[in-house]
Amino acid sequence: MTTLESANGVAVTETKPKSAKVRRATAEEMGDRQRDIAVSEFFAKNRHLLGFDNPRKALLTTVKEAVDNSLDACEEAGILPSIHVEISQLGETRFKVTVRDNGPGIVRKQIEHVFGRLLYGSKFHRLKMSRGQQGIGISAAGMYGLMTTGQPLLIVSKIGKKHPSHEVVLKMDTSKNRADIVSETEHPEDDSLFPDGHGTQVTIELEGRHQKGRQSVDEYLEQTAIANPHASFTYVTPENERMEFPRGVEELPPEAKEIKPHPKGIELGTLIQMMERTERTQLGSFLQEEFCRVSPSVARELCERAGVTNRTWIKQVGHKEAEAVYKAIQEVRIMAPSTDCLVPIGTKALLSGLLKGVKAEFFSAATRPADVYRGNPFQIEVGIAFGGELPKDESARVIRFANRVPLLYQQSACCSFKSIVETNWRPYGLSQGRDALPEGPLVIMIHMASAWVPFTSESKEAVADYDEIRKEMRLALQEAGRKLGAYIKRRQRMKHETERRGIFERYIGETARACEAITGTPAQSVYDALMRLAKTKTEEADQSLDDEGQVLESHLESDESVVIVENRIAARQEVEPTLPLHEALAIHEPLSGAKPAAPRSAPALIGKVKPKVKPKAKPSDGNLFGM
Amino acid sequence: MTKKKESISVGAPRRAAVSVATDKKTLESICGMGARVVKQSLAEIDPFVDVPQRTLSNTTYNERKRLLEMGQSKLRRNLFNTAQAKKFMQTLLLSKGCKDLIEARKTLSLRGMYYMSLHSIPGTKEKTFAGQDESDGILEDIEVAMETLRENLHLFAKKRGTMVGNITVRDNGDEIDCRRMGTGGYAIPSICEPGVLEFGKCEAKFVLHVEKDTVWSRFNEDRFWEKHNCILTEGSGQPPRGVRRLLSRLNRELGLPVYCLLDCDPWGHYIFSVIKQGSINLAFESSRLAIPDAKFLGIRAADYERCGLKDDVKIELNDRDTERAKQIAEYPWFLGNKPWQKEIQRMLRNGFKMEVESLITKNISYVTEVYVPERLKAKDWLE
Repeated sequence: MTTLESANGVAVTETKPKSAKVRRATAEEMGDRQRDIAVSEFFAKNRHLLGFDNPRKALLTTVKEAVDNSLDACEEAGILPSIHVEISQLGETRFKVTVRDNGPGIVRKQIEHVFGRLLYGSKFHRLKMSRGQQGIGISAAGMYGLMTTGQPLLIVSKIGKKHPSHEVVLKMDTSKNRADIVSETEHPEDDSLFPDGHGTQVTIELEGRHQKGRQSVDEYLEQTAIANPHASFTYVTPENERMEFPRGVEELPPEAKEIKPHPKGIELGTLIQMMERTERTQLGSFLQEEFCRVSPSVARELCERAGVTNRTWIKQVGHKEAEAVYKAIQEVRIMAPSTDCLVPIGTKALLSGLLKGVKAEFFSAATRPADVYRGNPFQIEVGIAFGGELPKDESARVIRFANRVPLLYQQSACCSFKSIVETNWRPYGLSQGRDALPEGPLVIMIHMASAWVPFTSESKEAVADYDEIRKEMRLALQEAGRKLGAYIKRRQRMKHETERRGIFERYIGETARACEAITGTPAQSVYDALMRLAKTKTEEADQSLDDEGQVLESHLESDESVVIVENRIAARQEVEPTLPLHEALAIHEPLSGAKPAAPRSAPALIGKVKPKVKPKAKPSDGNLFGM
Repeated sequence: MTKKKESISVGAPRRAAVSVATDKKTLESICGMGARVVKQSLAEIDPFVDVPQRTLSNTTYNERKRLLEMGQSKLRRNLFNTAQAKKFMQTLLLSKGCKDLIEARKTLSLRGMYYMSLHSIPGTKEKTFAGQDESDGILEDIEVAMETLRENLHLFAKKRGTMVGNITVRDNGDEIDCRRMGTGGYAIPSICEPGVLEFGKCEAKFVLHVEKDTVWSRFNEDRFWEKHNCILTEGSGQPPRGVRRLLSRLNRELGLPVYCLLDCDPWGHYIFSVIKQGSINLAFESSRLAIPDAKFLGIRAADYERCGLKDDVKIELNDRDTERAKQIAEYPWFLGNKPWQKEIQRMLRNGFKMEVESLITKNISYVTEVYVPERLKAKDWLE
């Protein structure tokens, strides 16, 4: 028996006597090799974690990160976002992405940090509803570009009319997680990029692949426009086509309030860390000041349960005490966090977004009251679009949002997908296979608003499956689904009645003529009487009452969370549902060439013709709901 | 069984056999119905026509008369009912057709009437009738609803059924000697009412009715009717109204017993039931058509052993046959009839059916020379 030193320095008994005795490395040698790994280095090797798994996704992620940052910045500064996205193709797999906003701009000295460092940002250390969370996105995109093309990042930013615009070329140093400035120029008078006098433009060159359809930049922008009716977008595609997504609402959503963490939402390690970092000296004030919903009496109760007092010095709280406090937090009833930190899209804005984005005939929306998972407040909203020109024989299309950001990948891993599948859609008149999405001309939109959205990974593609979240989603789906069900039933009855009337009318002529031949009574008089009768017979059934004894029509149409577009119902038979979602939304205008845009067959293109909206409220100019 | 496919014979050289008085009554019925529909329509009430139900549930067996009789229940046919709208229209359309026919004092086949009323509905690609079956059914409805007979609507069915034997008849005034009909026989007309068909000289002592033409030919070739002094008829499966009416009149007016030679299967039993008690569909005519004294001569289930037949003649009973046999056994007129119950049970126990032709395996003329004479002599039959 021989004893060998294993690679990690632990002695392992080896029973094979004949194996060669090779001493591979000593602990000292290994110690020399052990050192810090820069986060940026880690992510450079694991770029799939950030959504750069393949060239196609990389292109989308780059646009997405830049646009998300722009929207966040604009909203925080109280500016109605106008965002310009341009992608140009430099080679077969090489693209240049430029995203420009009218945001507040970035002060010169922060530029290299914001764009050049991973995990650098304003959003991680606070609890506030925003699109970005970690401060990884845009720097990772720049890093990906640099790695695949060797080209640095180009940033132009201007913070106000009286300030010059700075143009900075950055190159990331992945081993140090910081950026080197390659060159920098100042343009004191140049306002051509920023007509508002402020804004930021990012240009990244990268290896990518451009493809239309599902999970494309087009789809991302189109869905972003649905969830952000207050923003306007321009998109110049690699084919040099210009797509416009005009603003639907002229008002910014209310600003989300920043909140402190809720005690129920933290883990023991986090608690210890917070104790180490706090400026408070005593446990009681620490609990009251660093967390929300901890009143002096709650703090006292927590301390008592943990066997300490609220006067205990933080410095004297060891691991054992911290654990006791943690345990006490789990046991004591603490008020749920306030929900004013949440800004849902809102039923009306959501409907207006769907209405311009989806060519359906029926829309319903539901916004749930806020709820809490792991101490984090969240709120679920659902929108449903049905019929119209949506394809009839496919599974429902799911569009998912988290804090107004579309989630395009990993649909089936997402909590929202699971909640849709587990909801029983059959009572609403839709067919649905086992463990499958409902079938039919249906678009389901789910939005989760939260100060901290629990994503399954850093690339933010799917919402983690918490029971509380899934339950809220299901309730919201059911709320919107019930309205859809009432509508589908009514539509079926209408269809049935129309068919019935058709059958009657077909035979009335023959009957009237036969009657004349038998009795001599003029056929016309019998015919007229029977046609009148046919009409009343089928009209009667038209207005049949629903379960609650109310006439269904007025019931549905007086509902503010429902929109019915009548002209799309009529158009069903004539127009083939071939227009993809994004084409229905955007207006195509080739930048070069005098050739006019593609034929606009459908009358409901956005900004062109306002669809007839059933609610009696008159649509005012460019503002469907008077928002 | 066989489907009616007949040629149009508009205005056949047939003297309308219906009296002017009957025509007047029929026209009144049709116009009355039309007037009711018009009145309802103008008052904007869902118009309807009541048609007596021709179903088993609306049929009763009259023990005393030994006949099937139609009950009182009626089916209301509305225009404003998607399932009935077309039938409603067809009812009026055919009523009009019958009215035109009566007024013209002409007669038409069922198929002729179907064509007369057939056209595309203006503005659609749909025709008034999808096929003759639809029009035939509606015409039967009209017949019952007007409380009249097909003949009185100036309609007749395709000729089916043959007769030969020691009898002379006068068909529409022409004298026909059924003893001199050659191999083809006298085709029994659709309308066998007194006035159209009259009986002349008759020596025959009984009637032998066989199921179909092939068996009938065998008997005719062997001059069975001559040897045994009888009338020989066949009805091509389930006998049409004309044949049944003729048999009924021969039985009632001339007092001739009617013996039936049918297959040993549920269908054969059912044919016998129709000849004897009347059919469910035409229960309203049972008193004119049924022959409560008719006798079932064979084939009997026991004949396989009794006549020493070979295995080859067996035709296996399928599930539908078995089910049908059980249904027939449940008919009230069979229910208390022990010999019949035994017969059906025997067939079910055998597990096979037999056609009359199976007797040919014994000898070409076995059925005419041995089987039937023996049965008649032994008075071995079912009633």
